[in-house]
Order: sequence, then C-alpha cells, then structure tokens
Amino acid sequence: MIGSIDPILLIASLMVASTPILLAALGELVVEKAGVLNLGVEGMMITGAIAGFIAAVETGSPFAGFVAAAAAGAALSLIFALLTQFLLSNQVATGLALTLFGIGFSALIGQGYTGIRPPATPRLDLGPLSDLPVIGPILFRHDPMVYVSLALVVAVGLFLRRSRAGLILRAVGESHDAAHALGYKVVRIRILAILFGGACAGLGGAYLSLVRVPQWTEGMTAGAGWIALAIVVFASWRPGRVLAGAYLFGGVTVLQLNLQAAGVAIPVQYLSMAPYLITILVLVVISADRSRAALNAPAALGKSFHASS
Amino acid sequence: MNRRTLLKGSAAALAAVGLARPALAQEPLKIGFIYVGPIGDLGWSFQHDQGRLAVEEEFGDRVETVYLESVPEGADAERAMTQMALQGCKLIFATSFGYMDPVINVAAKFPDVMFEHATGYKRADNVATYDARFYEGRAVMGTIAGRMTKSNKIGYIGSFPIPEVIQGINSTFIHARKVNPEVEISVVWAYTWFDPAKEADAAKALIEQGVDVILAHTDSTAPLAEAAKTEGVIGFGQASDMLDFAPSPRVSAIVDNWAPYYIDRVQKMLDGAWTSTATWGGIGEGEVQIGEITSAVPEEVKAEALALADAIAKKEYHPFTGPLNKQDGSAWLAEGETADDATLAGMNFFVEGISGDIPS
Amino acid sequence: MLRLERRPTPSRLWTAATPVLAVIATMIAGGLLFALLGKPPVEAIRTIFWDPLFGQYASYSRPQLLVKAGPLILIAIGLSLGFRAQVWNIGAEGQYIMGALFGAAVGLAAYPADSVLLLPAMAVAGACGGFLWAMIPAILKTRFNTNEILVSLMLVYVAQHMMSAASFGLLRNPEGMGFPGSRNFQQYPAAFNGELIPGTGMHWGVVAAFCAVIGAYVLLSRHILGFQIRVAGEAPRAARFAGVSPALLTSVCLGISGALAGLAGLFEVTGPAGQITTDFASGYGFTAIIVAFLGRLNPFGILLAGLLMALTYIGGELAQLMLNLPAAAIQAFQGMLLFFLLAFDVLANFRLRLAKGARA
Repeated sequence: MIGSIDPILLIASLMVASTPILLAALGELVVEKAGVLNLGVEGMMITGAIAGFIAAVETGSPFAGFVAAAAAGAALSLIFALLTQFLLSNQVATGLALTLFGIGFSALIGQGYTGIRPPATPRLDLGPLSDLPVIGPILFRHDPMVYVSLALVVAVGLFLRRSRAGLILRAVGESHDAAHALGYKVVRIRILAILFGGACAGLGGAYLSLVRVPQWTEGMTAGAGWIALAIVVFASWRPGRVLAGAYLFGGVTVLQLNLQAAGVAIPVQYLSMAPYLITILVLVVISADRSRAALNAPAALGKSFHASS
Repeated sequence: MNRRTLLKGSAAALAAVGLARPALAQEPLKIGFIYVGPIGDLGWSFQHDQGRLAVEEEFGDRVETVYLESVPEGADAERAMTQMALQGCKLIFATSFGYMDPVINVAAKFPDVMFEHATGYKRADNVATYDARFYEGRAVMGTIAGRMTKSNKIGYIGSFPIPEVIQGINSTFIHARKVNPEVEISVVWAYTWFDPAKEADAAKALIEQGVDVILAHTDSTAPLAEAAKTEGVIGFGQASDMLDFAPSPRVSAIVDNWAPYYIDRVQKMLDGAWTSTATWGGIGEGEVQIGEITSAVPEEVKAEALALADAIAKKEYHPFTGPLNKQDGSAWLAEGETADDATLAGMNFFVEGISGDIPS
Repeated sequence: MLRLERRPTPSRLWTAATPVLAVIATMIAGGLLFALLGKPPVEAIRTIFWDPLFGQYASYSRPQLLVKAGPLILIAIGLSLGFRAQVWNIGAEGQYIMGALFGAAVGLAAYPADSVLLLPAMAVAGACGGFLWAMIPAILKTRFNTNEILVSLMLVYVAQHMMSAASFGLLRNPEGMGFPGSRNFQQYPAAFNGELIPGTGMHWGVVAAFCAVIGAYVLLSRHILGFQIRVAGEAPRAARFAGVSPALLTSVCLGISGALAGLAGLFEVTGPAGQITTDFASGYGFTAIIVAFLGRLNPFGILLAGLLMALTYIGGELAQLMLNLPAAAIQAFQGMLLFFLLAFDVLANFRLRLAKGARA
C-alpha cells in the first residue's frame, strides 16, 4: 500500500505545503538572531494573508498581492517594534497581544472578501527543465514563490555568515550591551530585523491565501505561525536547517495524509506530535554541548535593551 | 421500539400537557443564534446565518434576531445563551453539537425560553433538537461520483470519525458502487472541521493516489480549489453551494439549508404552537439541497442523480436499504430492510467493500 | 527629542495611574474603531466596560466575571513567580491541559464513584499533571541548559494532540453516541465542581485563585523563597552569592506555575467546561501570560488584570449581542487594550526627559 505513494510527487507537494511556514520561519530566525523574540508570527501571517488577498483581488495581480502582504506584515510588526524597542514592553506579552490583534483585525478588514477566488498565480515556465525526469517535477514545476523562499534561505544564510551587516546583527543578538559599547545602533538594527520578520510572515500568509488554498477565510492560518516558531528552534537558528525543519514539519502533515489516502492505518494524533518532540530533542542535543550552543542560540534572546549610559 | 417513535411519543405527550405558549402580538419575537465559528467561514456557521437572514426576511418586523459568533463550546456557550435569554430572546438556536449540555443547563433556568439544538440528542420540555440527513445528499453525490470517475477511485476527506461523517462515507460508497462495481473509496481523516491548508493537502494527497472525484466533509473550499489545479478531477460543494468553482471542478453540491426549518419553528412560536420535537429532515424537507448539477456532468447521469434525489425526497427510497453487510462481512440489513434512525445516529462501522479502519 | 531615563525604583504613582490611562486611551481608539464600523462608539464602550458591572443584568454577569477570571488569575499567579525570577514558562496552556486530563482521568476511572474524597483526589491529580508537564522543561533546563521558553511552548502542542487523542480514545464517553468527548462532570455529582453558593460564580477554582493571590503575596513579602525569587530576578549574581541555587529555583518556579495551571485546568473541566473535548483549551494559558504582565507580576495587580480581561470578554459578548458588533472587532479591541497597557507601562519604570543634544 505504501508503494502506491509516488515519492516524487510527495516531495513536490511537501515543498508547496511547507513554503508558508518556511517564509515565516526565516523571518523569525533573523528577528531572533537580533535577540528579539516575537511571538506574534501568527498575527502577522494572517494579516499578510488578507492584505495580500485584497490587493491581488483589487488589482488582479498576484505580484501586487505579495508586495502588499509583505508591507502589511511589516506594518503590523512595527507596532511590536515600537512597543518593545522604544517603550521596552515585555516581548512575550507584546507578541501574544500582536497575535490576538492580528487575528481580529484581519477578520475585520476581510469581511467583504470571503468566497471570492483570487487571480491565479502562474507556475514559472522553465521550459525543458520541467520535463526532466525526477528532478523536473520536484524542482522545476513550481510557482515563483517557492523559488523566492528557497532563494531567501540562501540569502539569509549568506547575510548572516558572510556579510558585515549580518555580523553586526548577530553581535546585537549576542550582547546588546557590548554591541552598544562598540557604537552600533542596537535599537535601529533590531527594528529593521523585526520589520524583515514581519514582511516574511506576511509573505507566508499570502502564500496560503493566494496559492496554497487559495481563498480568504477567517482564521485560515490555523496555527501555522506557531509552527514557524517551532521550526526556528528546531533549526537551532541556522537558515539551512530552517529549510530542513520546515520541510520536516510540512512533510509530516503531508505524509500522514498521503499514508491515509494510500490506506495505511496510522495514529494521526501521535504522529502529529512527533515534530514537536523531535524539536525538543534537537534542543536538548544542541544545548547540552555548551560550546556549540553558544554559536547558535542568541544569548540576548527576549531581553529588553535600554542604553542607560 | 426505535428512538424516533419514542421521541415522537414523548413530544406528543408534551404537547398535550400544553407547553405551547402564545407570543405577544405587539412586541417582536426576539430570537438568538449562537455559532461555533465565524459567520465568514462560508461553511457550517455561514449556512446557519443564512437561515437567520431568511427568518428576518420572512417575518420582517415581527421578529428581531441577534447572534453571537465564534462561541467556544463549554462555559462560554452557557454564558452566551444565558445573556441571550436575559436580553429577552424567547427562542434560541444553538448550532453546534458541543453546545448540548450548556443548552440543557440554560434551558432548565429559563423555562419560558425555547431552545433549538442542532445535531444533539438531549431534549427537554423547552429544548428541541434538529439535524439534517446529509447522507441523503451524499447518496446523490455518490451516484454522480460513481458514474464520473475514470480511475474508479473516489476520495473522501472526513473531518472527525463521528456518526454523521461515517453515514456520509457509507452512503457515498454504497451509491457509487451501485452504478459502478469497480469503484474504490479512499478516506482521509483531517481531524479538523476547518483548516483550509490541511484540507488542500488532503485533497492533493488523494489526487496523487489517482483519485479523480473528491468529496469533502470539511467546510472550506480548499479541496475544490485543489481539484481545480488538476485536469479531470471533480468535486462537490460542501455545506454551501460554492458556485465559484462551477461548472468544474464543482459539478454539484450538498447544501445545508436551514431556512425552511428555522422559518417553520419561528412560525410555530408566533402561533404559540411550539413544542419540543426531534426533527431530522432531509432532501424532502428541503434541509438538504442538491446544488445545481453542472454541464460537466452528462445528461443521463444528471437525470439519474435527480431521479434518485426525487425518490429519496418522496420517501420511496431509503439510502440505507438492504441487502447490506458491515465491513467485516457480517449481515447488517436484509433484502429490502431499511436502517432505523437509532442505528444511523450512532453509526460506527463501515459497510462492506470499504477498506481501512475507522480510527478510535 | 524625548528620551527615557530609568527610575531607580518603579514609580508608585505611575504604576497605579498607567492602567487607568491605558484603559482611557483604549476607549478613545476603540471608540474610533467602532465609529468606523458604523456603530455608536459611546454606547459600545459603555456596553463593554459598564454594563457587565452595573447594567440591567449585572447580577448575572458579575459572578460570570469571577468564573472567567478565576483560571486566568490562578495561572497568572504561578507564572508571575517564575517571571520575577527570570524563569520563562510560556507553556501554561499545556500544563493547564495536562492538569485537566490527569484529573479527569482519575475521576472517570472511578466512575461512578460517590465519595467526598473524589474531587480532592482529582484536584491532586490535576496539580500533579500540570506539575509533571512543567518538570520536563525544568529538568531539561537544569540538566542540559535547554531554553525553557521553547520547550514549554513545544509541549503545548504535544498536550493539545494528547487531548485530542484522549477525547477520541481513552476518555471518550462510552454513552456519547459516538461523538468525541468525555462524560460530562455536571452529571457526575461526586466529581462536579459546582458553584459553592448559588448565584455567586464561586467555585473551587475561584477560591483557589483568591488563595493563590494571598499566598503569593505572603510568599513574596514574608518568606525566604519569595526573597530568593526576587533577588534572582533583580540581581542574579548577588543571588548566587546569597546561596540561591539557580537550578533549584528554576525547578521550584516551573513546578509551582505548572501545578497551579494544572489545578486551573482541573477546576475548569470539572466545573464550567464540564467535559474533555477537542476544543477544551480555549487559550487561558496564553491569555494568563498577558494577565501576569498587565498585573505587573504583582499578586493584587494580577487579580485586577484578570478581572479586567474577563470584563472585556463578557462586555465584548454583550456588545456583539446588543449592537451587532462582529466578534473580530472585539478581538481587535482587546489587542488594542493590551498594546496600550504594555505601552504605558514604560512610565512606571522610566522618566520621560527632553534630551538636550550632546550635553545630556
């Protein structure tokens, strides 16, 4: 029975299923690397989902939709940035409030948009590449956002590892006091990171409402933002592993549905717990080795910074 | 003695005791609705709200309706209904199974307020229950599915393994098999009523397994949107008509139409003739509607499906008519025997021919 | 250019004044929002903040405030101890669920017991459930230096899936007609946590919440452990010299907050909620985090914050009922209230100063 699952199609569909959480998780990774914990991902995602949907429907262009979604996600994250960076509110509480607000706000502005079909996002035409055996369906038959998300993994990886700006960002996340002493603008850098995280979450949300579902309904993210948070941890704050994590989390859902479709009896609830348990295990492994943990987990995560000197 | 006649008996007895209360003529009758989801869900709660709007339309100034959306089941529901009763609602529709115990509790405190509980089984002097025979609609969908499938594989996205969904799967399969002995059904449990992304993934998984007809017992349009991406795959609207996806992939729909029931019950309140009843209406009562069958379906299949719907509506045919065996091969219904409502209401088995287990 | 200057100690005046300011600011911003939606702003604000307390049916809604606030306060008190010591348990939702599951399992295993000791035994089991669930991040933190924020958050999802599995499997009501969900404790007198004095909303969970407030106050102001918690939060290095073991303190803080969250879950499931269902957890554990911060981690502050939060829920419901405000507007309004409360908080800890360029 398991043999009836086509692994090529399975991989291709898990890539699509994972794209929203991958985008949101990449954004949150950068935010956390700057030492900020924003638990409002769900709220920003769903705001992006409706903003992107409205823009795409009104203009007829999915591209405009994605741009609007990124802008809306960033705009919402600006509230978080102002509260936590200037007014030094607690990040955990502010993030939770942001989620609450985002879910309500998105439902409010989306009231006239239920039951509408958005303009279709075309698949990228890659000509003969799409016809290649095996890797054709896996790699070359997707919509542009899948490639954007993959490019973003590489870009974020290079930015954090190789660029000077990335180095500064990490320094801010490690010790804001030291970074401040060196003359870096801690608050400004963190705000930029938060905005980037908001924009990515918005894109992830729009991918749901414009490509994957495609439809607007209240509460449609249904917890995807929380999964994105889990993925960042699972990935131990490394972009490459975020990709693996997103595909694992997205993959477990797709796999269990495929197994069911193929007629294999599986305990769904227990399988659905697995990624979270694996994440905890990963956390334990990376934390137990203190020398390696120090390289990854931002030491100043979740702490407020105020230049008191 | 089956459950239905028992209920009818007790309802008649209650009516005889004289529980009917005439409403005041001058003041509008205030009616409350509580919904488990947002009315923008385009599915379950949306359709109940359509019923509310139909009541407003029908009775105009004689009624006033209020509603609360996204009310969690449990303590919040009990408070919400109490608030409604305090605000002067004389008739309250509680539209989710999980409101069952709260309804009974609140109804005990407000004997003058009548309650209507959807899909539950607990009643009281002032608590009636109502439900729709969705399986009747599924029989029609199953017939179309059996005729239309080319791969002989149809897929069913189940929400939770509860009797209502199991009835739907069985009914679909029985009628698909009837017109196409080769047909197989694959069931995927999504464990959610509403998660568009997951529903889309489930549809996709089924399509990748070679399924070319998809039925969903979850409430979003995501399965149809997913079907639209693959040539030759069709599906059905669920809960609401989902005409945006017509003529294909949406070739027909099973529509929850609460309007006739709601209008009838409000009329009874206005006439002072309301009694506690257990209503389980289907196609005949108008509670289950078959959405327009589109041009993607050949004329003869359409005619066959409509004839079946008609026979069910006129009670000439029961979708669960023997000979039918249970999945393990044991006999369930003998030739010509029809299923009683008590068995259906607690249905926890697949019929013969369906592979896979019901999770427990 | 304005700049902030940290106060040596938080201002007492501003600590008291900021919540009032924040509520006023929310009223203005919320009023604008409601006006934009075409609803009368003053009436909407009055309905949310005034009517539940002093309106026509306040005699019903005032006790309901306690029912809604009880679990929030109980959980938030536990969390605040940890937060003060820089131990970040944000998985209270999971501990709340596990408490309900453990406690309910004991009660249901003994069904149909009739002993006055049953509810206490269940309460102990519930507290143990929450405690054990919180011990996982505690042990991982002390043994492997794992971040407790993340572990406790991950465990929320695991707990949610366990609850879903339990309501379909182990704890499912055998007489539930095939629907998911456990037996209802409201029909199980020995295990039912009902109102202690009818019409007051006081059930054991609310009593426990009040006890926790007083207990936390005494602990923090009089007891050595409270002193250690405060020192660990304010001056971790000094705490170490003072002989406070960080590992022990982490375990104690997580353990207390887990046990209280578990207790809250047990009292909720045996009382207002009534049964374990897939939708039992409605986010109290997360909302309690906000309540803890709104209450500035002070026991009496948390008491007031919990009641304020409950007020917006119940008032919001009334506004939906009476003014037809969409549920989404209430949610956005709550979000705004939280933003303002968090934003104005800065005034308690900082002084606003006009910066004088480079000379400052």
